[in-house]
Amino acid sequence: MNTIRVLVGTRKGAFLLTSDEKRENWEVSGPHFAGWEIYHVKGSPVDPNRIYASVSSGWFGQVIQRSDDGGQTWAPVGNEFTYAGVPGTHQWYDGTQHPWEFKRVWHLEPSLTDPDHVYAGVEDAALFESKDGGATWSELSGLREHQTGPQWQPGAGGMCLHTILLDPVNAGRMFVAISAAGAFRSDDFGKTWRPINRGLRSEFLPDANAEVGHCVHRIAFHQSKPDTLFMQKHWDVMRSDDGGENWREVSGNLPTDFGFPIDVNANEPETIYVVPIKSDSEHFPIDGRLQVWRSRTGGDEWEALTNGLPQRDCYVNVLRDAMAVDALDPGGVYFGTTGGQVYGSADAGDSWKAIVRDLPAVLSVEVQTLA
Amino acid sequence: MIRVLLPAHLRTLAHVDGEVELEVAAPVTIRAVLDALEARHPTLRGAIRDHGTLKRRAFVRFFACQRDLSHDPPETPLPESVANGGEPFVVLGALAGG
Repeated sequence: MNTIRVLVGTRKGAFLLTSDEKRENWEVSGPHFAGWEIYHVKGSPVDPNRIYASVSSGWFGQVIQRSDDGGQTWAPVGNEFTYAGVPGTHQWYDGTQHPWEFKRVWHLEPSLTDPDHVYAGVEDAALFESKDGGATWSELSGLREHQTGPQWQPGAGGMCLHTILLDPVNAGRMFVAISAAGAFRSDDFGKTWRPINRGLRSEFLPDANAEVGHCVHRIAFHQSKPDTLFMQKHWDVMRSDDGGENWREVSGNLPTDFGFPIDVNANEPETIYVVPIKSDSEHFPIDGRLQVWRSRTGGDEWEALTNGLPQRDCYVNVLRDAMAVDALDPGGVYFGTTGGQVYGSADAGDSWKAIVRDLPAVLSVEVQTLA
Repeated sequence: MIRVLLPAHLRTLAHVDGEVELEVAAPVTIRAVLDALEARHPTLRGAIRDHGTLKRRAFVRFFACQRDLSHDPPETPLPESVANGGEPFVVLGALAGG
């Protein structure tokens, strides 16, 4: 019998939702770190009892908390994120250059092989790693020091490195995404990086096809097929079949291709999910109807999934790190909203139920499938 | 004996109940008290003062004896009543946000 554990980060604490493999009855634990903002919580794929949480506060800064017992107890570990060398400048909202300043950790990505090795994506955009379970952090500065760095600029949510994908097939390859710089790839364990944004088109840029400056909201791949990447950009849903070298739009029949999260079914590498949002100025579903859209063809052809989701008067948003899938068959899909609901589907999206309805605004959702 | 009163979030982070009591050698300054506090409770490093620069975080304030000491230089000696434990050195989160 498997156990499913959903790790939820919210504006005012973390919550753990636990169920057996039927995914019908859920136990809710929390709030952990009550009152703090939890941008992300993620467990190690090697040791699922090892969980890292990014805990932050506008008053008291960044804390990293670690659990070694599946989230029952936690202890703060290192929180010193210092850019390597003199960090230089990036583009500011008014077009001037602005110094890199650490603000918070958006995303924690535990290594595929070592529970003590974990990566952190931070604002202002940079990538850090810890090899001692979070006690100390060092920057993989080749990313921030890329020659395009001075052209990177913050999106409305800040200049954040929000996505980290560790390639399970190609040794040393990893992907990150930054708002608003774009997607980047390393083939040498994070030492050097290059932009992988060919094919992206952003009308808000003076050169719509620029090498960097794109507001990539999220990228995802299937573990068995990491050369195929899916992207929810500010506008446009995109796909690459060559590790990000080239992208093509696969928005197809989506009612709007603005949105934040995108994810891939754990059993079906060509089945992907997005949550269409009305527009960049109206961050809620069209006509107050919350819909997940699924493509079983890797994009282009999409279907609305509405069974169990509110179809009137719903004006929540679903943030970029707030969707995840489990590894059961049929695959489970989960997402959290800014209205505090966490919805789950145990049938690959055909039907949905609210696991919880009244949490603080949900910032992130991750899922662990435990043996 | 110096008495330090922390806001609730920092008491939770440091796993302390009530006031923190510290031995601080003279001269008892803001910096000396914070150094002693962080030495006793390393999890507070970065939460009151920034790493590296040791500048007070923008939304953290220091009060004592009905005075706001937040803008005093860190080497400023604290009032005698704080240095002798009569009054607490108060660390608090500024009123901000909504």
